[in-house]
Amino acid sequence: MVSLTINGKKVEVEPETTILQAANKLGYFIPTFCSAPGLSLVGTCGMCVVQVDKTGTLLASCNTPVAEGMVVYTDSEQIHAARREVLNNLRAGHPLDCLTCEKSGACLLQDYCYLYGVFQMDYSGYKRKYELDDANPFFIRDMNKCVKCGLCVRTCHEINGAAAVSLVNPGANVEPPVFNESSCVFCGMCVDICPVGALTPKQRLGKGRTWELKRIKTICPYCGVGCGLELQVKDNKVVNVEGDVTSPVNRGQTCVKGHFGFDFLESPARLTSPLIRKNGELVEATWDEALSLIAARLKQAKGEELAGLASARATNEDNYLFQKLIRSLGSNHVDHCARL
Amino acid sequence: MAKKKGASLIVADPRKIELAEEADVFMQLRPGTNTALLNGMINVIIEEGLADEQFIRERTEGYEEMASVVKKYTPDYVEGITGVAAADIRKAARLYARAENAGIYYTMGITQHTDGTNAVSAIANLAMVTGNLGKPSSGVNPLRGQNNVQGACDMGALPGVFTGYQGVDNEAARAKFEEAWGVKLNPVPGLTTTEMFDSILEGKIKVLYVMGENPLLSDANINHVEEALEKLDFLVVQDIFLTETAAKADVVLPAAAFAEKSGTFTNTERRVQMVRQAIDPPGAAKADWVIITDLANKLGLGWQYAGPADIFQEIAQLTPSYAGISYERLEQEGGLQWPCPSADHAGTPYLHKDTFSRGKGLFKPIEYQPPAEEPDQEYPLVLTTGRNRYHYHTGSMTRQSKPLSTYRPEELAQVNKTDAERLGIKDGDLIRVSSRRGQVEVKAAVTEAVPPGVMFMTFHFHESPVNVLTNNKLDPISKTPELKVCAVKLEKIA
Repeated sequence: MVSLTINGKKVEVEPETTILQAANKLGYFIPTFCSAPGLSLVGTCGMCVVQVDKTGTLLASCNTPVAEGMVVYTDSEQIHAARREVLNNLRAGHPLDCLTCEKSGACLLQDYCYLYGVFQMDYSGYKRKYELDDANPFFIRDMNKCVKCGLCVRTCHEINGAAAVSLVNPGANVEPPVFNESSCVFCGMCVDICPVGALTPKQRLGKGRTWELKRIKTICPYCGVGCGLELQVKDNKVVNVEGDVTSPVNRGQTCVKGHFGFDFLESPARLTSPLIRKNGELVEATWDEALSLIAARLKQAKGEELAGLASARATNEDNYLFQKLIRSLGSNHVDHCARL
Repeated sequence: MAKKKGASLIVADPRKIELAEEADVFMQLRPGTNTALLNGMINVIIEEGLADEQFIRERTEGYEEMASVVKKYTPDYVEGITGVAAADIRKAARLYARAENAGIYYTMGITQHTDGTNAVSAIANLAMVTGNLGKPSSGVNPLRGQNNVQGACDMGALPGVFTGYQGVDNEAARAKFEEAWGVKLNPVPGLTTTEMFDSILEGKIKVLYVMGENPLLSDANINHVEEALEKLDFLVVQDIFLTETAAKADVVLPAAAFAEKSGTFTNTERRVQMVRQAIDPPGAAKADWVIITDLANKLGLGWQYAGPADIFQEIAQLTPSYAGISYERLEQEGGLQWPCPSADHAGTPYLHKDTFSRGKGLFKPIEYQPPAEEPDQEYPLVLTTGRNRYHYHTGSMTRQSKPLSTYRPEELAQVNKTDAERLGIKDGDLIRVSSRRGQVEVKAAVTEAVPPGVMFMTFHFHESPVNVLTNNKLDPISKTPELKVCAVKLEKIA
C-alpha cells in the first residue's frame, strides 16, 4: 500500500492507483472530460489538474500514479484558474444553444462552466466550423460541440473494436474526430460516453429534457446475452435507451439493436385489441368475448389434440404459466423456438 | 478487447465474418462439415501429445472408443472434407490445446444440421480431451439467440420436462407438480415444434395456441407449416404484432412488450435478471401472464396470482435450481446464476467444477456425416442462413423500428463473386433462388465473404422468405431442422 496526503487528509491506496482515484476515495471531486472507467488514460483535457508537493506543480491527476508520501491539493485558486482557462478555450468555439441542446442538464461543459463561474457568454464571432453530419438514421454528429476528449475514439477502438472513429492531429492542435461510416456498426456507445452534445440520438430529439426523463433499468429484448439497458421515459413513451453501466453482463455496452431498436414499442402496427375471425375477417372484440371463445374451444379439444408454442422472448413467468396451462389441460405438446 | 489483452482467437465459419479479421486462425469450412473439423482438431491434439491425460483419467470415460474413431481424421483427410488447410487445423488445435483456459462459443451454425447433436458432442469431446471444463473462462458455451430462450427452456416450455428439466415421465416429479397445481398430468412427453406440424397434418393436433412466436417465417420449409396452420380446427395467436402467423389465427390476443411488463429473463449464462415495466401497454393489450391467468380462470382452474413475484415464488418452490432466487434477492444483488439451490447460495458462475451431472464426462465417438441435401447438377449451390446485425429473427420488432429499417430496408443475398460472374449477376441485381421446396426473389450482394459455391440469406424479411427454400430434415435427437445447408440454384431476373 502507498500512503499519501490529499487536502491534508491521509489515505492508503494500492500502488497502481491514480491521484484521481485516491481523491475520489476520500470523496473529493475532480472534474475531467477525457477519463472514464474501463478506457485507457490519456490525460489531455487538462481539467483534472491538481497541485503536488511544495513546488505546487500542476499535474493531470487522471494518469499520474500515487507515490509514497505525496502531498496533493485538489482545489486552489491556481488550479481553478487553470480549469477556467480550459473551459474558456472550449467555450469559445462552442455553439451556445443550450436552450435546445438535448444534452442540456447532463452536459459536462455546462456543469463545469457553472461550477467554475465561466459566465461570459460571447456570441459574437461564433461561426459554425464543421458541417452537421446527420447522414445515418441513428445519431447526429455535431463536431462544433466537441470538446476533443477522445472518449468516443477510445470507446470505439478499445471496447467495440470497430475503430470507426479517429482523432485528427492528436496532440496540441487536436481537432474533433472523424467518423468512418463504412466501418461504423452504430452501437451508439460513442453517443453514450460523449460528455457534451456532439453526438445526439435522433430518436430523442424534442422528446424530453434530460431532467424530465424517468430512468428504468431492465433487460434488452433481443439476443441471449441479456444486456442491462436503461430506458428513459417521458409521458409513457420510451424516448431514449442507454447501456446500463451497473450491469455485470455488458457494463454499459450495447449493440445497434439494443441501443436504437426500441421504437417498435410505439409502432402503429401494434395490436391493441383482441381480434376474432368472423366471416373470414379478423374483427375487434372484447377480452371477455375472445377469452370465452378460446375457453370453449380448448375445452372441446381432448388432451393431446391441443398444442402450445411458448416464447423465447416472453418472461420466465409468462412461459411458466403457459406450460402450466397446456399441461393442466392434459397435453405435453408444448415447445418454443429454441431449435430455430 | 480480450484479444488486446493477449487472448488468442480461432474462428471457424463458412463465411468470412468481421471477427475473422481479428483471428489468429480463421478456418472457412464448407457448410455442414463441423464434425469432421472438430475430429481433425482432436486428432492433432492426441497425435501431438497435447491431451490433458489427468483430466481424461480422473473425470471422463469412453476415451478409447472416441480416440479410435478420430484416428482416421488426420488433418489431410479433414482438409478434403472441410476445405480447411491441414496446416490451419494443426495450428488451431495447438493454440486451443496449449492455452491455459480455452472456451468454445457456438450458435446455430453448430446445431441447425442433421448432425447437430453430434457436433455438440464433438465440441464436448474437444473440451474434455484438453480439460477445458469446470474452470473459469473455459467450457462449452452455446450462445443463445433470444433473450429468454434459456428461461423458456428452464420454465418447462419443452415437451418432455417441467421446470428445471424435471421429466414429465418421472413419477416423483409429476406427483410434485400434480399436487402443486391440483390437476392430473399426462406422463407421456409431447411433440417438438417441428413434429407438431406433422401431427397437425395427420389430424391428431386440432387446436394450437401460439404465444409470441412466428413459425410461419422462422421454421424450415414454411409451405409445410402454412399447410398445417390451415388444417387446424382452431388457432390462437398472442403477440405484439399481427405477424404472418397471427394473420392466420381464429383469435388474436394483444400482448404487452418487454418495456410494458415486469418479470425475469434468464440469459445465456443462466443469469436470472429483473425485467421492469417502464410504460403501459398500448390500448387493451395485456401482459402475457395476465392473459394466461384470465384464460385459466375462464377454464375454471382457479389461479390466483397478484403479480409476477407470486408466479416466481411458485417457480422457485417447484424448481431446485431456482429455489434460492427471489425478487428481493434479484433487486438487491442484481442477477443470480442458477443453480442457486438455497437463499444463502451465491449462484453458480460456471458448471461442472468437480463433477459432471452424470458423474464422469462421457466421450462419444462421432463420425462425420454429410448434410441431408448436397449440391448437385440441378441445384449446384449451398444456401446457408442466419441473421444480420441490424435485424432480428423474423423482423417483427426490428422491421418496425425506424432507424434499423431505414438503415437496412431489405434483404441482400450474399453471392460469391465467381459464382456471380458465371451467372452474369451484378451487385444489386434481382435474382431468383430456387430449391426443391420453393423459390424466392431477392436482391443480390456480390461479395467474397462467402466462398465460391455457397450463398447466404437471412430470415428477417417476409418479402424474401428464405425458409420457403430450407430443408426440414431434422436432427434425429434434437429435432432441429437443417437450416444451415440446402441445395439451391440461382438465376438473374433483372
